[in-house]
Amino acid sequence: MSRTVYMDNHATTPVDPRVLEVMLPYFSEKFGNAASRNHSFGWEAESAVDHGREQVAKLINAKAKEIIFTSGATESDNLAIKGVVEFYKDKGNHVITAVTEHKAVLDTCKGLERNGKAQVTYLPVDRYGMVDPGDVRNAITDKTILISLMYANNEIGTIHPIKEIGKLAKEKGVLLHSDAVQGVGKLPLDVEAMGIDLLSLSAHKIYGPKGCGALYVRSKGPRVRLTPMMDGGGHERGMRSGTLNVPGIVGLGKAAELSGAEMEMEQGRILQLRERLREAICTQLDEVYLNGHPTQRLPGNLNLSFAFVEGESLLMGLKDIAVSSGSACTSATLEPSYVLKALGVGDDLAHTSIRFGLGRFNTADEVDYVAERVVHEVRRLRDMSPLYEMAKEGVDLKSYQWQRE
Amino acid sequence: MGYSNKVVDHYENPRNVGSFGKDEENVGTGIVGAPECGDVMKLQLKISDAGVIEDARFKTFGCGSAIASSSYVTELVKGKTYTEALDIKNQQIVEELSLPPVKIHCSVLAEDAIKAAIKDWQKRKDGAASVAPARAAAK
Repeated sequence: MSRTVYMDNHATTPVDPRVLEVMLPYFSEKFGNAASRNHSFGWEAESAVDHGREQVAKLINAKAKEIIFTSGATESDNLAIKGVVEFYKDKGNHVITAVTEHKAVLDTCKGLERNGKAQVTYLPVDRYGMVDPGDVRNAITDKTILISLMYANNEIGTIHPIKEIGKLAKEKGVLLHSDAVQGVGKLPLDVEAMGIDLLSLSAHKIYGPKGCGALYVRSKGPRVRLTPMMDGGGHERGMRSGTLNVPGIVGLGKAAELSGAEMEMEQGRILQLRERLREAICTQLDEVYLNGHPTQRLPGNLNLSFAFVEGESLLMGLKDIAVSSGSACTSATLEPSYVLKALGVGDDLAHTSIRFGLGRFNTADEVDYVAERVVHEVRRLRDMSPLYEMAKEGVDLKSYQWQRE
Repeated sequence: MGYSNKVVDHYENPRNVGSFGKDEENVGTGIVGAPECGDVMKLQLKISDAGVIEDARFKTFGCGSAIASSSYVTELVKGKTYTEALDIKNQQIVEELSLPPVKIHCSVLAEDAIKAAIKDWQKRKDGAASVAPARAAAK
């Protein structure tokens, strides 16, 4: 392997060459503003956007007009939650979400709590990271207007029982928003069958360009309304003003189409690769723990804790392999992952976790290489680890009196 | 991540990794840090009766900077008397390894490890029990 192996597809994905190809004309040739009503440049751009809308809608069984284009899933999450809370404020102000949501959801909720616009319940998860629909039911009050629950978790891959919660939400007359960034294009997703009212998705997680995403907003059964965050021109049916990122949308549309068409075969292949990686590592090393649900998880996600080896030092040893320790979004802080903490994984094991994110362009050769390097580095670091030494000698690390200073 | 070359070097070629035999004479063991904090350093110093540090061994659970700090320390102390070693300040480690502000605590822990190891050696010399971990009963 001469190049760095990229195995961090939950953080971002490379743009598929087929996606790049269809985007290119829209930069310098067909560069019109999709809102220019009066000439062919505008009509051409508008037509491309319409096509992109259909492609995205098809992936999730929505209608094209229900797709709003945004700058990405973070914006979609913000718009969904803030937009609903503001519009339905006379109906109620209670929002239910979970502790393992992406920061785009959690920080939005915290912001609304801080300025008194919402009261938020953050549901716990079980040791696999799964939310209990019973907990959702018990949390609903007559002031609840929104449940926001991700489809699949970006760190540990666990897939929530969205269909069940969607049914519950309908029963109680509460809107359901799902940040489906990691699930879209990888798992079958049907907003009708699953009772989803709002859904966020992102292009750069499905081999499309960064800077483009979408928000699905249900138009019927019920019709969902939002107070827009961006004013100025009334684009996207008044919900999101701003000139559309035409090349980005063309890319997102193509990425969505490819993901839908190739999903079954691709996810089957990726699942095999993941299991190959997991088995190679787990049969050669002891004290390795899987984080997240063993079966209800994204095919490409493998999150492992290597006891007695600190994550950052392991990443340093794997310098020609791109993976992450904890979530990329929390790497700016020195704290162990809040998602792992929510699972009840102790801080010591949280510090030892590595997330492998397999994707479209990973090969079996890469998997074998990564497994070999991981095993080698973990063994080397364990030889250097006082904790491994103590554990092998039978010392109970949990009750040992550590000298903290 | 931008590690300095020296940190990378110590990480890839750590000096003096390992442990002295359990019953070796004249060895002081210091274990500092805690797993929940993500940093644990074990430093062992073999100190002659004259008080000179003849040899050192380390094992560290922690990031690259922590490993480098403890590896460097084993080089730094060899040949010093234990009183000289007690004067070692973390700033020397920071400068040698070009540690960024966010990793300064690794050098502090390494300085603490030296003090803990010497303290343990002194205790042993005076006949008290070592701080090295005893075998625990079944977990």
